[in-house]
Amino acid sequence: MGWEMYTNSVLSIRKFGFGFLTSTTWDPFSQVFGALPMIYGTLISSLLSLIIAIPLGLGVAVFLSELAPAWLEKPLSFLTELLAGIPSVIYGLWGIFVLVPWLRDTVEPFLQNKFPNSPFFQGAPYGFGMLAAAIILSIMVLPIISSISRDVLKSVPNSQREAAYALGATKWEVTKIVLSYAKSGLLGAIILGLGRAIGETMAVTMVIGNRPQISASLLDPGYTMASVLANEFTEAASDLYLSSLIELALVLFIITIIINIFARLLVWSTERKWKLSPM
Amino acid sequence: MEVIEKTKTENITKTESMIHQPIKISVQNLSAYFGKSQVLKNISIDIPEKKVLAIIGPSGCGKSTFLRSINRMHEVARGTITGKIIFDGEDVMKVDPVYLRRKIGMVFQKPNPFPTMSVFNNVVAGLKLNGFRNRKALKEIVEKTLKQAALWDEVKDMLNKSGANLSGGQQQRLCIARTIAINPEVILMDEPASALDPISTAKIEELIFELKKDYTIIIVTHNMQQAARVSDYTAFFYMGELIEFSDTKKMFTAPVKKQTEDYITGRFG
Amino acid sequence: MEIKSNVKNFSFYRRKTSNIIMLTFSLLAALVTLIPLIFIFYYTISKGITYLNLNFFTKLPTPVGESGGGMVNAIVGTLILIAIGGGIGIPVGIFTGTYLSEFGHNKFGSIVRFLTDVLSGIPSIVVGVVAYTLVVVPMKHFSALAGGVALAILMIPTITRTTEEMIKLVPQSYREAGLALGIPKWKTTLLIVLKTAWKGIATGILLGLSRAAGETAPLLFTALDNRFWSTNVFQPIASLTVYIYQYASAPYKDWNDQAWTAALVLIILISLLSLIFRIITRSKYKTTN
Repeated sequence: MGWEMYTNSVLSIRKFGFGFLTSTTWDPFSQVFGALPMIYGTLISSLLSLIIAIPLGLGVAVFLSELAPAWLEKPLSFLTELLAGIPSVIYGLWGIFVLVPWLRDTVEPFLQNKFPNSPFFQGAPYGFGMLAAAIILSIMVLPIISSISRDVLKSVPNSQREAAYALGATKWEVTKIVLSYAKSGLLGAIILGLGRAIGETMAVTMVIGNRPQISASLLDPGYTMASVLANEFTEAASDLYLSSLIELALVLFIITIIINIFARLLVWSTERKWKLSPM
Repeated sequence: MEVIEKTKTENITKTESMIHQPIKISVQNLSAYFGKSQVLKNISIDIPEKKVLAIIGPSGCGKSTFLRSINRMHEVARGTITGKIIFDGEDVMKVDPVYLRRKIGMVFQKPNPFPTMSVFNNVVAGLKLNGFRNRKALKEIVEKTLKQAALWDEVKDMLNKSGANLSGGQQQRLCIARTIAINPEVILMDEPASALDPISTAKIEELIFELKKDYTIIIVTHNMQQAARVSDYTAFFYMGELIEFSDTKKMFTAPVKKQTEDYITGRFG
Repeated sequence: MEIKSNVKNFSFYRRKTSNIIMLTFSLLAALVTLIPLIFIFYYTISKGITYLNLNFFTKLPTPVGESGGGMVNAIVGTLILIAIGGGIGIPVGIFTGTYLSEFGHNKFGSIVRFLTDVLSGIPSIVVGVVAYTLVVVPMKHFSALAGGVALAILMIPTITRTTEEMIKLVPQSYREAGLALGIPKWKTTLLIVLKTAWKGIATGILLGLSRAAGETAPLLFTALDNRFWSTNVFQPIASLTVYIYQYASAPYKDWNDQAWTAALVLIILISLLSLIFRIITRSKYKTTN
């Protein structure tokens, strides 16, 4: 797959070289293509979404694996998995007609009033922009983080919990020990979530505002690599334009491959890492 | 009301030699359930202080559950109990389990050190939970406890390595050290040597012999020789009931009940 | 009723408090997670139901401004795309999964297993680009076939993994029984092992299909879309998801409303698939218990 994309993007790789990754100009009219704004948009929207999704996702996982009684655990796991099963275009639809108006009319003016000088909340409150993308992404990433983390936590041997309880630990202290036992697996779950956020296309394309710029303000529109592909691929009139887009896909591909390999190795290693006694 | 109290006390099993012993734990009419199945039936027993009580019986006879009810570890496995367990004059069900378990420590069948912690931190894990942070005092405690657990010489150069790096027998002694570090009064041991080789087992048994000077020990075992070697008293459980309870010597030389005799002589279980 | 203690207890109440705070947080997190779920279902159903009528399932889309019309071509298009995707993805997935569990206990097997896991993490839009270069470029135009290929690539990891897991559950004694009768290994696998595991595999297939039904990104420049009735696999074809995207982003209220209806129909379609999935899983457990 990687080769296929490489051969199809040779044209732009030759033309722009390494500058493709560092140039901030993306202008189809003058045939200049630099991907930095999209790389920036992809990373920032994904990282912001993780800031929201990590505490919630881990909270849910802890609730499901450590606290919930058996009768509640099953339906609740089912519901979080349902959240993962909703097509991303429906998230986008909901984003456009429910989330964006709410952000525009309520949240963003509020933020601007509260923090008038903060660089993060400058510019007109469109609703469409980085903040909307981050929120939508966090909702989509949450079920991934929570369901993998739950599996990781459940794979922690019960003897660890018993050891902690027997020392007089409270439930939360037991949970802390379980979390530290499982930390590499949990990190893997988070990184898998990151991989999903980076590659997510439709929902982000529909709410991020699609403007190739780098701005500190969360209210400003941005662009991600995946959204550029979704928006411009069929409009690419010249070979160079198309080849630049395919190169962008190649970059996205490499980033997600690296992230996924790393995350899978972490998740796999959790169960094997600690060899406790002959069993 | 008075009549009931009376019958209860009469139910409690005591052996003759025990009459003048101080009683640490008094179990009264204890029944335990997991869901709908009853695993312990109306057990009453008085456990004397600073002695070793061995609990023997075939698998599934409820001996582990009995052990766990004493420091309320049965709740972790979502079991329920009826009846009373009186520890130092208090009903354990009315004591906060976090307090209770600090007074009644537990060692498990499979060694379960915390692999994310060093040997040092494993020993003081319980103390740290209780907010004990004085580094110098902790160092002294670690050395003292590891010596008590007959592990110091083997691990003194690797205190900063993970607890998972030790051998199975060392891990189990580390777990015992971890338990005695919080200075409990009672130590519950659930088949502590069943996952270990004979040499490690012998070390654990020696250790138990040492520990009973300071602690009340209740040990579950399916190894009768072990029970005979380490314990002062023995209780035989079968199908959730307490069949016989007496001096270990008496139990193994002249059991009263036929089931006990059959089990000890290896005719079943 | 406190037990005397020789360890200091000053931190006891602090510990209890942090215990309660953290456990409450975890409960709240679980509740907060359910909020978007409720929101999304509420809006999709309440907004989608207004345009949901027979026309939607029988008529073609109308031009802007003209009321009425439906999305019958998109419904059929989605089904055709899933069928093509399944037609390619199911055999490949089952074959790979069977290979991995029966013959894959070597280095090559673990590499394939690992690659399958990694493949499942590749963004669907990238898969779309690959399908574009593989199918659209040589054929020189967009087609349902290209969309199907993209969906197939997305399905393969799910089906492979489920097949492997399910075949692993088949007791070793079944295989030995077959081999002892002098049946060659490949035939034993085919006749006995796959037959025993097929219910579990079917659930994996349905899971893969329902995921594929919700995909949009890989169709945008493979299957493209089509305003007209078409069942030709070599021509562009409409799909519900692409319509939702286009109609939601369009500045016409009519279209926006229809996007909600399409979303509702899509959710119903996917729910039907997962309902079948649940029924199969349930009956599987009944027979094994």
